Amino acid sequence: MILIITASIIGVVLLFASFLLKHTSSLLHLVTVLFAALFGVAIWEALQPTAILTQSFYLDAIRVDRFTNQFNVLIAGCLFLYILLMKKHIAAVGKYKAEYFALIAFIMVGIFMLSSFNSLLVMFLGIEIVSIPQYILAGSDKENLKSTEASLKYFLMGAFSTGFLLMGITLLYGATGNFMVSEFNFLQATSINPLALGGVLLLIVAFGFKVSAAPMHLWTPDVYDGTPTPFTAFMATLVKVAAFVGFMRLFQTSFTAISSSWSLVLSVVIALTLFVGNITAVFQQSVKRMLAYSSIAQAGFMLFAIISLNAIGRQGMLVYTVAYSVASICFFAILIKMKDYTYDGFNGLAKKQPFIAALATIYMLSLAGIPLTGGFMAKYYMLKAVLFEGTYMWLAIFALLMAAVSVYYYFKVIIAMYFKEGEAAMVDSFTKEEKLYLTIGAMALLVVGIFPSLVTGTI
Amino acid sequence: MILITLLALPFVAALLSLLVPQQAKILALVSSALAVLITLYMSMHIAEGALTVAQAWLPDLGIQFALHADGLSCSLSLLTALVSFLVFLNLNNKEVPKAASFYSLLLFAQTGLMGVFLASDAMLFYFFWELALIPIYFLSSIWGGENRIKVTFKFFIYTFIGSLMMLAGLIYLGLQTPGADAFSYHALVAVGNSLSNTQQISLFVLFFLAFAIKMPIFPFHTWQPDAYDEAPTSVTIFLSALMVKMGLYAVLRWLMPVLPEGVSYWSNTVIILSIIGILYASIIALQQTNIKRFIAYSSIAHMGLMCAAAFVQNDLALHGVKIQMFMHGINIAGMWLVVSIIENRYHTKDMNALGGIASTMPKLSIAFVIISFANIALPLTNGFVGEFMLFAGIFSSANPNHVLYMVLAGLGVILGAAYTLRMLQKVVFGTASTTQAVKDLSINEWCVLAIVLSLIIALGVYAKPLLTLTSF
Repeated sequence: MILIITASIIGVVLLFASFLLKHTSSLLHLVTVLFAALFGVAIWEALQPTAILTQSFYLDAIRVDRFTNQFNVLIAGCLFLYILLMKKHIAAVGKYKAEYFALIAFIMVGIFMLSSFNSLLVMFLGIEIVSIPQYILAGSDKENLKSTEASLKYFLMGAFSTGFLLMGITLLYGATGNFMVSEFNFLQATSINPLALGGVLLLIVAFGFKVSAAPMHLWTPDVYDGTPTPFTAFMATLVKVAAFVGFMRLFQTSFTAISSSWSLVLSVVIALTLFVGNITAVFQQSVKRMLAYSSIAQAGFMLFAIISLNAIGRQGMLVYTVAYSVASICFFAILIKMKDYTYDGFNGLAKKQPFIAALATIYMLSLAGIPLTGGFMAKYYMLKAVLFEGTYMWLAIFALLMAAVSVYYYFKVIIAMYFKEGEAAMVDSFTKEEKLYLTIGAMALLVVGIFPSLVTGTI
Repeated sequence: MILITLLALPFVAALLSLLVPQQAKILALVSSALAVLITLYMSMHIAEGALTVAQAWLPDLGIQFALHADGLSCSLSLLTALVSFLVFLNLNNKEVPKAASFYSLLLFAQTGLMGVFLASDAMLFYFFWELALIPIYFLSSIWGGENRIKVTFKFFIYTFIGSLMMLAGLIYLGLQTPGADAFSYHALVAVGNSLSNTQQISLFVLFFLAFAIKMPIFPFHTWQPDAYDEAPTSVTIFLSALMVKMGLYAVLRWLMPVLPEGVSYWSNTVIILSIIGILYASIIALQQTNIKRFIAYSSIAHMGLMCAAAFVQNDLALHGVKIQMFMHGINIAGMWLVVSIIENRYHTKDMNALGGIASTMPKLSIAFVIISFANIALPLTNGFVGEFMLFAGIFSSANPNHVLYMVLAGLGVILGAAYTLRMLQKVVFGTASTTQAVKDLSINEWCVLAIVLSLIIALGVYAKPLLTLTSF
């Protein structure tokens, strides 16, 4: 709870900072301190003796439980890494340097709401607080038509999906007379209320938009491609993971009882997402677009947590949060320095920058899910979660085949870096500091890959 | 402690050779020599009981860090250490570009292989299984031949699909026994045997796909000739002498005890595929002019025979497989070492362009002929011991088609003699291809081949130590 307040305060402080601080460097220092503080508060909150209990706030509209605290720590940590790696690039996007950081802080408010809502209204607020600043960030490179296009597309599709979301909430309210997720009681009903079922399906569609699950994914590649790269790194990782956590929170608390009536729909969505994401990623020439499709493909795996709705899936979500976010953010931090965003732009990187190439290899191996990296453990938990339920063996096998496909496009980066001759032109070089942060990211992936219990908190 | 040392030794050496690039060559040689000594010591003391390590690692996932060395594990880790040592010794007088990374990756591969042969926790086994692959992928893609990137990538994707299927099977099995040691050997054997017939039959497919691709069994073999041909010869030795054994080892260690019903349901299918592979690969080997592809196909034939024998489910045949895995490892490594030396001198893999090596390199030719004889299992060579046991096992098995299998697989032996002798004629004898002076074996190469030859003869004449070792 304090975390939500802290994030809001940070946002407001940063808004004022834009006209109080004249120098970019002092702004960046302030930003670092503030987001470090956010991370600190998240840790402090999770270390409270009450953190393992479920606490409710504001007439039970917000419930903070153990999972919330764990997730908040992880997401705040990933955000801190993101800020450390990207702050210079964020400040270089356009004129309104401090505002970008303020918007990111506000998005964090929404993310923390998504991880702790109990009322559908708070969930709606959370989603909107996450979405609206993103429309601005997507269009922040005003000179660039592609950025404007991304912003408009994102806005239209986002508004469209909000419609679904509201309609779904309305139907659910009609069916249950309640906004409180924990009060929904479908078990006692003799038959499923069609209003409730319609509401659930609309919510699947709405969240499908937010997490870019096929066939609601069509906005993703263009938006991710057009958005300035520092913000793509943010949208494709932390925001997406947060939407997943919201999705999972909603479904596991309220809709488990009627899962038989919606899980088939969701399983088709998952299969489609995996298929479209992976197969389309294979054909991309631009690494940035490939990452956009790979984020769709990874979403397919994350959806396993929602279809299985068990404790293993929840733990898997935490591992996925770290593994996927850290690997993608760090790789974006490398990509952003490249002159040419195509695969050919990476040709010969291993000769010019052996250290950076080795780190990039670790990120790619993790995204591809090679053992002893975080990515493997993330996929492992998800598969285990879905196999534990026993009904979706075909989905697990299909997902594994698609994971093998994903190796193709992730390894194309490795092939370009190590086995092809080329210049691998960089816009500017890596500072010692950035190399340190990138190394920390790689180490984190390996540690999570070897000891996932550190993240799932089951030690 | 010994087991952990065996894993740590190549791993530490690999890290050190990255840190101290000038000493990479020495580090690799010394560490693998030490590994040979340790595995020898371990093999000699196997009668006192198998070595075991079990350490909690991820209790909530049911994964342990558990190692176990019985006779089979011992013999294969001995083979791993020995072959690595031979490879490094052979490389001693050759210049490799970017040597430090090359040696370090080979040492990482050695770590992975050791782990595969020693792990007694299925997930740990899976980790090592994958970790052995990654360095090989980089080695072949960086130091390989012209088409290396495409070919190695195909190899990688093939084996990766296989291992993912295995992963699905493993998770399914692990879920049946919740507990801190869900994936340990004993837990898996218990749970596997308790599964229904249909479950075992479908799980078998998931596991066997991974192992069949690795071995490789027809029709999953298409990656292999290309990969052997394009990889640098040192890496090919790792691939053919050690990595393909991983597949067969996994069948013996995991598949047979865990899913007995599945194995007996599928055994005829697997044997028929193996025999098709033997005949098919032999016929292709007869027509090869590329010496590396030639050895690749002959290796498919040999692996096919071992796989067929493994699935007739007869004690003698099983023991034969264990013996032959070791023997074949030695022989095939010997073959590749000879080829690497020929390639080093003549810069060609084309049999037609070679010829008359007997007059230019007499020492090498003697070694080559003996190793080839061992490869076609002539009596008094090591190949004979294993192959004899395989055939005797197939013949005496309870399988109703055992005579047919025996005859068809026997055809493979005849074809084997034919293609090997044809190759020898072309390469060793015949008219000399060049008149220029070619240096015969250098000292280190002579040592390498001497070790291989003495093993071939010694184990051919007196195979008892190995027979005893693998019976534990």
